[in-house]
Amino acid sequence: MAEASIRNAATRPAPLLRDLLALALVALGGLAGYLLFPDNLAFLTRLISVALLVLSLDLVVGYCGIASLGQASLYGAGAYAAGIACLNGVTEPFLLVLIGAAAGAVTGLLMGAVMLRAHGLPQLVLSIAIVQLLHEAANKASWLTGGSDGLSGMIPAPLFGVFEFDLWGRSAYLFGLGLLLVVFAILRLIVRSPFGMLCRGLKEDPLRISALGIYAFPVLLKMFVISGAVAGTGGALAAIATQVVGLDSVSFELSANALVMLVLGGIGHLYGALIGTVIFMALEHVVAAANPFHWMTLVGAVLIAIVLFAPRGLSGTLDQFAGLLTRQGGRTGR
Amino acid sequence: MQTALSITLDAFAYGMALFIICIGLSLTMGLMRVVNLAHGAFAMIGGYIASYATRNLGLGYGFGIVLAMIGTVLIALPLERLLYRRIYDRSELSQVLMTIGITFCVIGITNYIFGPTLKTITLPPELAQPIDLGFRSIAGHRIFVIVSGLVVAGGLWFLIERTGFGIHLRAAVENVGMARALGIRTEIIYAASFALAIALSAFGGVVGAEFLPIEPYYALRYMVTFLVVVSVGGAGSILGALAACLLLGAIDVTGRYLMPDFGNFFFYLAVILVVCAFPRGLMGRVKSHG
Repeated sequence: MAEASIRNAATRPAPLLRDLLALALVALGGLAGYLLFPDNLAFLTRLISVALLVLSLDLVVGYCGIASLGQASLYGAGAYAAGIACLNGVTEPFLLVLIGAAAGAVTGLLMGAVMLRAHGLPQLVLSIAIVQLLHEAANKASWLTGGSDGLSGMIPAPLFGVFEFDLWGRSAYLFGLGLLLVVFAILRLIVRSPFGMLCRGLKEDPLRISALGIYAFPVLLKMFVISGAVAGTGGALAAIATQVVGLDSVSFELSANALVMLVLGGIGHLYGALIGTVIFMALEHVVAAANPFHWMTLVGAVLIAIVLFAPRGLSGTLDQFAGLLTRQGGRTGR
Repeated sequence: MQTALSITLDAFAYGMALFIICIGLSLTMGLMRVVNLAHGAFAMIGGYIASYATRNLGLGYGFGIVLAMIGTVLIALPLERLLYRRIYDRSELSQVLMTIGITFCVIGITNYIFGPTLKTITLPPELAQPIDLGFRSIAGHRIFVIVSGLVVAGGLWFLIERTGFGIHLRAAVENVGMARALGIRTEIIYAASFALAIALSAFGGVVGAEFLPIEPYYALRYMVTFLVVVSVGGAGSILGALAACLLLGAIDVTGRYLMPDFGNFFFYLAVILVVCAFPRGLMGRVKSHG
């Protein structure tokens, strides 16, 4: 096993090169979407904002091993913060994204502090309870959040003072794509840093890590804050692009969908999150428009199939195939 | 005073209905260590069968309940063999995903067959009328639910603590390998307890239909409620589940009566506080992996 992984490392391109390659692929895919579907840019922008949410979930689930069904609370916090700031006169888009990320990070801090108290099932239930609580709170505090009508009427200032957020959504889409690339690059650096490795170690063998003299709580909490900032960025992007923030941005449904997308793509790879989001949302766009209940049946069947036949998700299975093709053995020594 | 009394009675009956549904989930989770999010889907299937039996076939309420329990178990047993058996020793995330998948499928198929409308279950005249208790009258159905809940709790306690089957079940839970070596057929024990849990959920789905109306999204809408109740009570504990159902039922009903526009806010606040204070649930078993 060790020998194989050494050989793997020797023949594999250098990590930095791989990262640049991955970034280039994402950028290429994004631009292809821009050129191929010029009429669906609003949908594609929404896809990018959800991709940020799923990326943030991957940090928690894939790198820390904490199952969460409440990730949308971080996304919603970012969306509402950006929306409220925009309605109160802060219209610079970059500033709005920063506000959203900060709100997400603070919510992540609180959520992590609560969730890390429990393990296993109670932890999962806590994540659900938190997102439901925030949902009810957002519904109740209608003077701030617009209640069930949501926030609307935000008019962000033009990007760099030149490109307006118009009906076609070109500038919104390219803005979102740029954000996604920056966030993806930063996350690649974070998960490979000693801190990222430590999180992974805590997921694989918490007992051993604590025997090394490391206290898990602050490490995991830090990851929750980062995850919150990423999800908040996604929420803020959605608020800027659609100029509407609704109660569905802090919902259990969105959280559950995000988890499905992540698992579909494969956890613990970052790029799995992107693959899963694109496939899930594209399918949803087509099938759910025809019949929402067929869509539910399909998602259910896909989930069952993944658990039974491809527990590592599409990206893990792709890795396996690539490994077979290049005769390096299926398992990459994770 | 009158309000307080009716809140108490409603809360008690609602808590008991929750208990009948959730105790099966608590058993599968605590004894067999499967996070079965599809439990609500089975309660819903039970409700649909009972509704079909009482309204379309014109059978009595009792027949409806029995048919619902048998039918749901017949649907669930193949699922146990084909799907659940593969996730008994997998990670929690796999179990959550698989059972959410089953829930989604059940919702989609149910809607395809029965349509999105609300289904009612015809009550017999004895239960539909209010019963005079002397100091006040109460809907007969509420009393029926409360009595059923108490019977289920007592029966389960007797089954698990006092019978041969219960001894075998507890042995299989404590140490599967040793139980097998002693000649206990653990697969049969697991399948039987799974069937029992499903039958109870179907029963709960039928008698609780007055509180939790039967419609296709039932499985997803109350999934969280059931899960919350079990983790607050502590998986595997009958007394804990009873306490959690009564506590959360009381909070939920009181909140709805007194502050209806806050929705479930207080329910979830209570959940977060309880789970933070008792991370293993009110009376959770300490897990002892073999």
